Amino acid sequence: MVEPAVLEELIRTKIEGVTHVAIEDLTGTKDHFQAVVVSPAFATLNRVEQHQAVYRALGELMAGPVHALALQTFTPETWAQKRRLT
Amino acid sequence: MDDQLKQRLQAIVDGHKIVLFMKGTRSFPQCGFSATVVEVLKRLEAEYETVNILADADVRQGMKEYSNWPTFPQLYVEGRFVGGCDIVRDMFTAGELKPIVDKALGRESATQTA
Repeated sequence: MVEPAVLEELIRTKIEGVTHVAIEDLTGTKDHFQAVVVSPAFATLNRVEQHQAVYRALGELMAGPVHALALQTFTPETWAQKRRLT
Repeated sequence: MDDQLKQRLQAIVDGHKIVLFMKGTRSFPQCGFSATVVEVLKRLEAEYETVNILADADVRQGMKEYSNWPTFPQLYVEGRFVGGCDIVRDMFTAGELKPIVDKALGRESATQTA
């Protein structure tokens, strides 16, 4: 089990310039999460690399305590675009 | 990861135009994320190979390292790692996956959207 706040802290400290993080515990069991991460650092990365950056930030947590992580990554620009659309 | 396992994984990835490393089989996916990618590939009418990582602990551990990706499913098209469930679904929705799949299978990309 992992507290969502722990995931958020790791993401904010390990990924440069994070402007927004939202972590949701999907099952109430603190092992299936959904995360939205927004950072300008993603601008030069493709989608696979963006997700790899988040997985790297979470490190060992991905190897056990976190069973599933639905992930969405955005740059501030694509995030603003998405929010206009929805 | 030892060389033998790496070569084995490489052979699987290179041996198929499209291969999905997943939990369970295409008829009986053992996880919702794997089921989603199976559904996407079905909608694209793609021919593809699946590897049930629940049935092979070496492949399960090895592919995490091989792809630098800690979770399953993992989709490979023409030897390239496309992504996991979220990326595959987003690409499908955006119409970006179909041309990649069509190209891999040597199909003409239809003008209509999926």
